Amino acid sequence: MKVKLENLSKRWGKVVGVEGINLDINDGEFVVFLGPSGCGKTTTLLMVAGIYKPSGGIIRFDGRVVNEVGPKDRNIGMVFQSYALYPHMTVMQNISYPLRLMKTPKSEMIERSQRVADMMGIGELMDRRPAFLSGGQQQRVALGRALVKEPELLLFDEPLSNLDARLRLSMRSEIKRLQIDLGITSIYVTHDQVEAMTMADRIAVMKDGQLHAYDTPTEVYDRPRTLFIARFVGNPPMNITEVDVSQTNGAYHASSEGLELVIPADRGEKAAAKGSVMMGIRPEDIMIDSEGIPGEVFGVEPLGRDHLIDVKIGDIHYYLLVDPSLNLKSGDRVKLGFNTKKCQFFDKKTERSLLWN
Amino acid sequence: MALRKRIWSSAPYLLLVISVVPIMVGYLWLLINSFSTRTEGLLPVGELTLNNWSFLLETPFGRGYPSIWRVTLNTFLIASFMTITVVLVSSLAGYALSRLNFPGRRQFLSLTLILHAFPSVTLLIGIFFVLRTLSLYNTLIGVGLVMVGFEMPFGIWLMKGFFDNVSWDMERAALIDGASRLQVWWQIIIPTLKPGIAALAIFAFVSGWNAWLVPKTFTIGAGKQATLSVYLQNFQGDTVAVDWGTVTAVGLFQLIPVALFFIFTQDLLLSIYAGGAKGGS
Repeated sequence: MKVKLENLSKRWGKVVGVEGINLDINDGEFVVFLGPSGCGKTTTLLMVAGIYKPSGGIIRFDGRVVNEVGPKDRNIGMVFQSYALYPHMTVMQNISYPLRLMKTPKSEMIERSQRVADMMGIGELMDRRPAFLSGGQQQRVALGRALVKEPELLLFDEPLSNLDARLRLSMRSEIKRLQIDLGITSIYVTHDQVEAMTMADRIAVMKDGQLHAYDTPTEVYDRPRTLFIARFVGNPPMNITEVDVSQTNGAYHASSEGLELVIPADRGEKAAAKGSVMMGIRPEDIMIDSEGIPGEVFGVEPLGRDHLIDVKIGDIHYYLLVDPSLNLKSGDRVKLGFNTKKCQFFDKKTERSLLWN
Repeated sequence: MALRKRIWSSAPYLLLVISVVPIMVGYLWLLINSFSTRTEGLLPVGELTLNNWSFLLETPFGRGYPSIWRVTLNTFLIASFMTITVVLVSSLAGYALSRLNFPGRRQFLSLTLILHAFPSVTLLIGIFFVLRTLSLYNTLIGVGLVMVGFEMPFGIWLMKGFFDNVSWDMERAALIDGASRLQVWWQIIIPTLKPGIAALAIFAFVSGWNAWLVPKTFTIGAGKQATLSVYLQNFQGDTVAVDWGTVTAVGLFQLIPVALFFIFTQDLLLSIYAGGAKGGS
């Protein structure tokens, strides 16, 4: 099912939850709403679900306006962070509840519920109450309940946040695989940018009730349209510093205290127009380089495969990933090379990208 | 070592037993006294007798006074009426106050709280005029309505508290699963609140069963509308010596249904469903 949000807004009195969201979701697409808590992503999801009524704008399912359609007539399934299972019902009763409300004949109801439970790997637990299940099992029941009525749209509200780290990884790929197999259009809300990067066909980055970007994960990562996206997406986060960009002798230079970089012409030209700008560079685009700019190691964080080190050039800290066998310690002198082909530049005032708008 | 451990682990029980003893002695005296002519401390003087229980067969106040069975029926009717009305209205009102946003919601909440804190004795005279105007004075329904009114603020606040603790997500999940608002209330929320509702039902029933002030005020003496507490009070006349034997027997008789009621509902009362939610909102 195609979903289209047109200028969607939600306000409670003077409090703005969501403002002017425009979004197109294709049939079978997996879209992730990504943003920090309070950015309006769950509010948007609940409007799509029909729990909240929009204060303005239009929601379309396959072209049909559904603003006034109640949640039960939208043919959607939803999975909640808290699982939201019915504690007084068994797993079977939980999963079959949507069918029971549709007055499905009993034999069909049991058969369909069992099939979904088997698919979720919880077919053996049908007689248990939710209280006697582990967190992962509860989440599978919730997923089964969302799937049993064969919805045209699946909504996920941070479904993995309450699971432990290992389970989160396996459930993540399981949900993604399930979604591809069933081909159900899905909206997935999360504040975890790794989840967003790994699962999404397209990511909608939200902040303060506004849509900052709506694009594929690689586009969002490589071409952040705002400073916020640059900071929020990517782990470890992008280094952001204030630099002056100017043109001398046909080459573009970005300079700040102790730092002097030559910038490729295509990027430098756009940044030089502003002069003083914010420059962003990802940790993986900075490396130890004997020809590079001198600095001092300020801190080392072992991450296992890599060490995340914090290098001070002048008064500014840069984070980069290095090989642990280099055995760097605080106080060591190092020289850094910058892959300036990947530099990002942002307007200091508007915080919008100077390269991608 | 093992002995010391045993002493320590039994200490709480010992404390509980000691604190319960005075109460148990009271009930024991009630039981013994109701089968004796006279007691000296806890020991019956003379032979045991069933005479004190004769009120079950004939009314001790003579003709024109209702039998104990009629009085018991009255009490039962009032207590049941109270239980059903309080539970039904409180659980609907509590849901509305907890979940729906309607004008005057806050004012309604503070008003019920004030009413709950209001000493009911001060309202008696006013209510008397209201009941007389409505021709409900000296009727069971009148007494029942007044008691429901006194109990309701407590019930509404209690139920609102229970509803506040039900996660929004569960309700949203049910709405998305295809339930109507009323179905959500009846099939999802009420079942998860069973222990709370049982508690409220017991409170309401017991306070209806034991009520004295309201029935005493709004019915005439030990007339046809008397309840057990009012009936019991009639034994303490000013002119004759109090027949403690009968008083204890009637008291015990009044106690039986409450005890039975509690025995059958305590399982429900104590079983608290572990919710399907871990954390979350």
